[in-house]
Amino acid sequence: MPDSLFDKIWRAHEVAESLIYIDLHLVHEVTSPQAFEALRLAGRTVRRPDRTLATADHNVPTDGSRVAAQIADHLSRVQVETLERNCEEFGVPVHSIGAARQGIVHVIGPEMGVTQPGMTIVCGDSHTSTHGAFGALAFGIGTSEVEHVLATQTLQQRKPRSMRILYSGELGYGVSAKDLILGTIGRIGVAGGVGHVIEYAGPPIEALSMEGRMTVCNMTIEGGGRAGMIAPDDTTFEWVEGREAAPDPLPLDEWRELRTDEGAQFDAEVAIDASDVSPQVTWGTTPSMVCDVTAAVPEPASEGDERALDYMALEAGTPIRDVRLDRVFIGSCTNSRIGDLREAAEIVKGRKVASTLSAMVVPGSQQVAAQAQKEGLDDVFRSAGFDWRSAGCSMCLGMNPDTLAPGERCASTSNRNFEGRQGRGGRTHLVSPKMAAAAAVAGRFVDIREWE
Amino acid sequence: MNAVTKIKGPISVLRRSDVDTDQIIPKQFLKRVERSGFGEFLFYDWAKEPGWDLDPNPILVTGRNFGCGSSREHAPWALEDFGFKALVAPSFADIFYSNCTKVGLLPVPLPEEEIEALMDADEAEIDLEEQTVRFAGREVAFDIDAETRRRLLGGLDDIGVTLQSADAIDAYERDRERKGPVTTL
Repeated sequence: MPDSLFDKIWRAHEVAESLIYIDLHLVHEVTSPQAFEALRLAGRTVRRPDRTLATADHNVPTDGSRVAAQIADHLSRVQVETLERNCEEFGVPVHSIGAARQGIVHVIGPEMGVTQPGMTIVCGDSHTSTHGAFGALAFGIGTSEVEHVLATQTLQQRKPRSMRILYSGELGYGVSAKDLILGTIGRIGVAGGVGHVIEYAGPPIEALSMEGRMTVCNMTIEGGGRAGMIAPDDTTFEWVEGREAAPDPLPLDEWRELRTDEGAQFDAEVAIDASDVSPQVTWGTTPSMVCDVTAAVPEPASEGDERALDYMALEAGTPIRDVRLDRVFIGSCTNSRIGDLREAAEIVKGRKVASTLSAMVVPGSQQVAAQAQKEGLDDVFRSAGFDWRSAGCSMCLGMNPDTLAPGERCASTSNRNFEGRQGRGGRTHLVSPKMAAAAAVAGRFVDIREWE
Repeated sequence: MNAVTKIKGPISVLRRSDVDTDQIIPKQFLKRVERSGFGEFLFYDWAKEPGWDLDPNPILVTGRNFGCGSSREHAPWALEDFGFKALVAPSFADIFYSNCTKVGLLPVPLPEEEIEALMDADEAEIDLEEQTVRFAGREVAFDIDAETRRRLLGGLDDIGVTLQSADAIDAYERDRERKGPVTTL
């Protein structure tokens, strides 16, 4: 019987019925302390430290602090120190604040080459779906499951249903992977993928860079999907080759088998013409409340829409391009990789950030920051008036000091426009890195296709 | 985890859909390294809105796609610590649903029209053994995975259950484990 990519990976990891083996467990400081504490109380150990990798990302200040002791916020400092102590006690490798490989957990996994095709990957973080871009089955879990994986290297899991989103056509000029996934979520809704592992396929997906593929898979959870995945191909193999944890040579015969067979069945199928996708801007408080940059804020169709417009202080009928901004944030596990920064830098090069707003760039990892500095991107951003920060999750969720003030309106390359996500009372519009960069210069949203 | 069998009592109603876990427990409370004490911060920002009224009854009835967004288990911890023992909604987000079952907070999916009727009732009785919700003279069945139900009814420790398959895990690692990655570089 023909199998899907998901079927193949699932079967290769079934230890027993509804018990799957986990090849890689990523850990960060926020969702792990209670799991380590529970292990300690039960006298249990970490079964496979060599398949576990930890970093500090959610809480770290982006001011260049080099050690946990420099973190001013007491609770944040304790949480990072707790991670460091737990990792030392249980033998888990950790890249904490100040380390050369520190960064957002979903940036450093691929960067180090520990994320590889065909693997099962979990992390106590919903954006773990990012790693599916490499043809891995990757999804977020809660703290009880983190404890379970630490102790057993397995997860109790019923096999989810499957969905394929098949794209045709090609992305237009100026339209990015971020627009593609925002447009997709707008189409299927925030619960459209619930209970499903989603495979993204078709020529427009194959044409994406690894950064673009990671952006698409990253936001799977915003459409409710359990995991998102893309079959690995030469683009994938070239990206993985030579990274420090990558196999040498790459097991290409094995990896090329990681494709959906002709005729494989999915529980749900969606077809989307990528040529129809325009640059996207969210107008509300869920990622599915999204429209074309050329559109106007829509009429509310439900009580939820009314509440969202009220929170966002927007009136139906206002052209998106007339919406003025106070802040711009380029960063997060969705869009903080070197490719994202290059795209944004190209837009701002030789220009200035509008005097009416403040803008910041937060590279996804120390290595992304180092590469950007090598290419002079930090200078491009700084000369334009951007604040160039050090690596972390930063204002995607504002657990560190980077937050919006109440009422501030922000164009953000992150993944969630929930109420208060970037700071209590803050108003978030999700966009691509290019759209965010152009908005920073113009002070309002612009259609990147008309940018000169 | 305490065993879950019957949950009976007055209901609280939250008429909102797509409630994300950022609302249930905002980020500033995720910095704690303890597992208890989250209840007082439940719906921290919404609770300041005029007209907000949510009592710590045993049962919370709410809108579709409850618990979407972040995987933070602090959300079920906060709901449970606040006093809820069961959540009834037309649908739940995947990770949130799973997290609830791990902490003994029973998620109950019911059709939209039953939710409407239940929101108008004062109290209800949920029977996990029978897989039913009884309210206002009606009895409605709900779905739950048989294994999840068994664990909840028995208050079983998931890790303990999995370790009964320790031989299978050893065998997998011996015969089928794929190479790498090695994180201990």
